[in-house]
Amino acid sequence: MAATAVVSSPSRRRRPVSWGNPLTYALAFVVAAVSIAPVVYVIIGGFRTTPQIVADPAALPDPWVWDNYRRVLTESDFWRQAFNSLVIALGTTLGVVVLGVCAAYVLARYTFRGREGLYTFFTLGLLFPAGAAILPLYLMLRDLNLTNSYFAVILPQIAFALPLTIVILRPFLAAIPRELEDAASIDGTGRLGFLWLIVLPLSRPALVTVGILSFVTSWNAFLLPLLVLGDVNLHTLPLGVQNFSSQYTSDTAGILAFTSLAMLPALLFFTLAEKQIVGGLQGAVKG
Amino acid sequence: MTATDSIRYPAGGAEAPPAGSRPARGRRASRRAENRRKWYEIIGLTTPAIAIYVMFVLVPMGFAVYYSLFRWRGVGPPTDFVGFDNYVVAFQDPIFLDALRNNAIIVVGSLVIQGPIALAVALLLNRPFRGRTVFRLLVFVPYVLAEVTVGIMWKLLLTDGGTVDALLRAVGLGSLVRAWLADLDIVIWTLLAVLTWKYVGFAIILLLAGLANVPQELNEAAAIDGASWWQIQRHITLPLLGPTIRIWMFLSMIGSLQVFDVIWVTSVASVRSLGASATMATYMVDNGFFARLWGYGNAVAVILFVISFVAALLFQRFLLRRDIEGAITRRVN
Repeated sequence: MAATAVVSSPSRRRRPVSWGNPLTYALAFVVAAVSIAPVVYVIIGGFRTTPQIVADPAALPDPWVWDNYRRVLTESDFWRQAFNSLVIALGTTLGVVVLGVCAAYVLARYTFRGREGLYTFFTLGLLFPAGAAILPLYLMLRDLNLTNSYFAVILPQIAFALPLTIVILRPFLAAIPRELEDAASIDGTGRLGFLWLIVLPLSRPALVTVGILSFVTSWNAFLLPLLVLGDVNLHTLPLGVQNFSSQYTSDTAGILAFTSLAMLPALLFFTLAEKQIVGGLQGAVKG
Repeated sequence: MTATDSIRYPAGGAEAPPAGSRPARGRRASRRAENRRKWYEIIGLTTPAIAIYVMFVLVPMGFAVYYSLFRWRGVGPPTDFVGFDNYVVAFQDPIFLDALRNNAIIVVGSLVIQGPIALAVALLLNRPFRGRTVFRLLVFVPYVLAEVTVGIMWKLLLTDGGTVDALLRAVGLGSLVRAWLADLDIVIWTLLAVLTWKYVGFAIILLLAGLANVPQELNEAAAIDGASWWQIQRHITLPLLGPTIRIWMFLSMIGSLQVFDVIWVTSVASVRSLGASATMATYMVDNGFFARLWGYGNAVAVILFVISFVAALLFQRFLLRRDIEGAITRRVN
């Protein structure tokens, strides 16, 4: 009941959607412009040269130059950083989904003493500012010799994401009809078989939602990688953007190009998966 | 959020299916075996999640409390026990007090500014009109971008003589131009504006979700009774949005208390070190990680944690409780 129902549009009236009045459009355009104008500016700015930008910060490219984008894609660490981001995000997503489903399945479909206590224990993580523990976390990873490895980012990120994942998944798994489980059990399928054969396929929408949420969070993460990935070769894109901009402060056009390229995956991903992201956030709120 | 789930969790497959007409003793034995199996499954399935959660979320926090009692440069085990000195020092450091004040500005400012904007935009985008989906998508863009990208972007836009200044001059407001990120009295407000731009989309998403759940029939009934659009929003929609608004306030508050990325990237280190743009989190990382005052940094971490936790508990206690009741009564209707 959590994630799926809310995505549908509010007006279920059969009337065809009308054109709104001009005022509605005017306001909507203003809101949209404020939201994306800076982003558009950065992308277009990447097609200018730094002297052009300095001469007139708010003009269009004249002429359009591809050189900044070419430089970033061929001469910088962009691809390696994108690769690192991808590995870490995929590892985090996989871990979150697997561990989250296992725990949420138990919390949703087993009766045992201490079940609600265990659930509360996990949900405490939502109140818990994960960022606050970043210093001791760094020290712990350092003492475990885990810093400067993908795991230094992946493992804590899985831990940070688990509470929200369990809160989203539990009602979803609990809503699977009891009759299905009985039927499976009559056919000789145990509870684990039921999880694997029936629950997982049925809960794919919810799994996709939590997967996407943890992927995007990991893709954008900054503080944890900043502390635990000292090795430049392991840097992720957010670290790369930050480094590039502080290293080549005078190369405004280059920074704009790098920044645009770094946000492109997020924008594409969002456009493709908007329903799941929004649905997930909404599901999270409804709990 | 924890207690709001009023769904009934089914008894699950925990109870063994009736095993025909076996003698009582055998049944009891098989019951016990079944019970043991159930526990093996419970333990097997939950242990990985519990282990990783304890190890990377709870244990570090415990260490923070321990380390915070030492003066320690992070090399070898901490030995120089100083009791609560680090905490005393923090609360006497004007920079830390500035950071606290800045966090307060961001918490209150985010609620006061984002709330009305988000509400207005959500009501606007909730009206049925052609192209609404596209506008909704565009409004969410800033929220999806990485904090770092947003920070770098605004840093460039706000540099002296940069785009923002040029635009202001172009529309004849040149007198408003300031050193947005360098003026010690202004920088925190600039950062608040950037944070607002970044996060208002999140509030809008949540409110649109809340609006989607307001029964259309109520609005139609009110409209038939002659209520204007404004009256409907004021007397029907807003009260029904209460729970969503409070949950957003909660999430916004927790986020504002821990805010790090945007501040760190957008503001210059020298401005931050003067306190003008520091927050608790940036202060903690600056002092603990980069200045290697590990004991002190951990004390700041504990302070940040306690403040967030107390704020969260108070909020739950006094504001979210009503939503739990609301959820139950709504279910009855």
